[in-house]
Amino acid sequence: MSSGGMAGLARIAAWATMFALCACAPASNETTLKLWAFGPEGEAVGKLLTEFERAHPGVRVEVQNMPLTAMHEKLLTAFAGDALPDLCQLGNTWIPEFAVLGALEPLQAYVDQSSIVRRDDYFAGIWDTNVVNGALYGVSWYVDTRLLFYRKDLLAAAGFDHAPRDWDEWRRAMGAIKKNQGADKYAIFLPLNEFEPLLNLAIQQNEPLLLDDGTRGNFESAGFRRALDFYVDAFRENWAPAMSNTQIANVWDEFGKGYFAFYITGPWNIGEFKRRLPARLQDSWNTAPLPGANGPGGGAAGGSSFAIFRASKNKRLAWELVEFLSQVKQQQRFYTLTGDLPARRSAWDFAELETDEFTHAFRAQLELVKPTPKVPEWERIATEMQFAAERIVRGGESMDVALRALDAKVDEEILAKRRTLLARGGQR
Amino acid sequence: MRSERAAWTFIAPALVVLGVFLVLPVCAALLLSFTDFDIYALANLDNLRFIGLANYVDVLRTPLFWKALANTVWFVVLALPLSLALSLGAALLLNSPLARFKGLHRTALFAPVVTTVVAVAIIWRYLFHTRYGLINYALGHLGIGPIDWLGDPHWAMPALVLFAVWKNFGYNMIILLAGLQAIPQDLYEAARIDGASVWRRFWHITLPGLRPVLLLVAVITIAGYFQLFAEPYVMTRGDPLQSTVSVLYLMYEEGFKWWNLGRACAIAFLLFALILVITRVLLRFARAKDERA
Repeated sequence: MSSGGMAGLARIAAWATMFALCACAPASNETTLKLWAFGPEGEAVGKLLTEFERAHPGVRVEVQNMPLTAMHEKLLTAFAGDALPDLCQLGNTWIPEFAVLGALEPLQAYVDQSSIVRRDDYFAGIWDTNVVNGALYGVSWYVDTRLLFYRKDLLAAAGFDHAPRDWDEWRRAMGAIKKNQGADKYAIFLPLNEFEPLLNLAIQQNEPLLLDDGTRGNFESAGFRRALDFYVDAFRENWAPAMSNTQIANVWDEFGKGYFAFYITGPWNIGEFKRRLPARLQDSWNTAPLPGANGPGGGAAGGSSFAIFRASKNKRLAWELVEFLSQVKQQQRFYTLTGDLPARRSAWDFAELETDEFTHAFRAQLELVKPTPKVPEWERIATEMQFAAERIVRGGESMDVALRALDAKVDEEILAKRRTLLARGGQR
Repeated sequence: MRSERAAWTFIAPALVVLGVFLVLPVCAALLLSFTDFDIYALANLDNLRFIGLANYVDVLRTPLFWKALANTVWFVVLALPLSLALSLGAALLLNSPLARFKGLHRTALFAPVVTTVVAVAIIWRYLFHTRYGLINYALGHLGIGPIDWLGDPHWAMPALVLFAVWKNFGYNMIILLAGLQAIPQDLYEAARIDGASVWRRFWHITLPGLRPVLLLVAVITIAGYFQLFAEPYVMTRGDPLQSTVSVLYLMYEEGFKWWNLGRACAIAFLLFALILVITRVLLRFARAKDERA
């Protein structure tokens, strides 16, 4: 090799070293906090962070936003590959699963010392979703619960001046609307491939959905039968079309056309209906608490929480970020940015929420919500539950046969391993 | 000796890549299929149990697996002849001396192959819409009442067949077109002089000439169609009444939705064995016929 070549190599090496040093220099006194979030929340949260970063010099929060559909898989692979962030937005029905994995930092000790995160200010059913086997693994960020969106004008035309409050009234309203609207229109849309409407009716019952520490199904109980009966009745009476949501091109459009008058959905649809329904219909719809067998029945506690991962090296700082985003002021700003409903009662003392009449029903129902069963297998069980309902509606199977098969499937296939592990005192 | 070493050196990178990204994962998956790897095992490997063939036995005893298999076979039975006929028809038209603007037509017919499944699935969902869909609109003019394409368990699979065939026929068409162009023109000329009709020329020259190509296309298509996944995934999610759950879709749900990776691997190997057996039988059948001929 010529001496010129050597000199060239040396120069390249020198440059490379310099670049490496430059790249490292700012990082040495800056801490990066990694936050994963999904959907519109991930886009909005960045706007709140400048204030946090100003109060914490030398701290940079790196937000990674991903689609909701990819989040669950991504978190599990990140856990397997030891690549989890410091903290993340975690759908509160996922908490039991990640708690079982041992991925989450228990937070009770942090909350005990906090002057900002105060348990009694949170809706009780929502707070409870963060507690698995007595330990706290998350702090609720925003909440959702499904309730009734309805067409005031269609209800009035059928002779009702208010939304139904209990199942009897609801049945009568659906019957009257169907009669009024004719053969090619319906009173309610219950998508046969979504488990949430049936789940919300079932969770209102006193009987739990799972028995024995979440190791056995309880779908043959009187309570679940009552809920299922109400649900199936809507199809039997032809109040609801036997359709999946993949079959309806555009729910907002169909709601506007009066194809159905009731729809059980969540707070994210307030904004959608405001945006997508024509102006002349804006006074013709509203929201109402989900009716129960006797009066407002509540529903399932949904939404997202903050969770801190055990593998994080910046847990204290991550907790400070959780506290910052849990402040009443930040919860209200977050509502303005996204329309996501705050998890704290005091954040509801807010002009924007008070003037938006569509949120009032949510405020009332949030006091009545209950968490879904806290086992990692829950979503699979709910899917099987919905398939049993679909077999009854579309396949004409009898309720007894369908429910016996459902309990058998849940006990023998889905929860069998959990039962063995609990019996030998292993991982919960 | 030296040339042998050189040869190994040249194929080594390819072998390493294949080994790391194909052989190793396949072996790992085979091992995994003998365990009950799930979310609890991910938490703590003490919860992983070696269960031998239990996954295979369980899967074979699950009614949904047999339903998925029946759905998949039904899909292949409907789609394979339709797809081959359409590909062959399009190839014959393109190869015809009467055809004008061949390049344009070839591109247009091939276009569905290169479009994204998700994007065209949305359009097809509109086409299949019970009340507003173009297909039911056209059928209405023929006096056929509206069909609930994606909501009726009997029609959902035929609807997916239409979609899949439309999406894929262009690929086979190109292969068949190449096969057609390889048939010597003098055979046709000689047949014409002998007074053979169009139909007889097709039956006695085109089809025998295309035999090896048709066999190849059939094998590729069968192997591909048995791995039906994207169409139900984007169009129906297995609905209605699990009538569009295919074997691969079932594997996806077990593995990536419920995280039962042991079971999912067992399903994958069962499907692999099935495709292997079917394509072997097909090839042997073809060879036996060749020997007789």
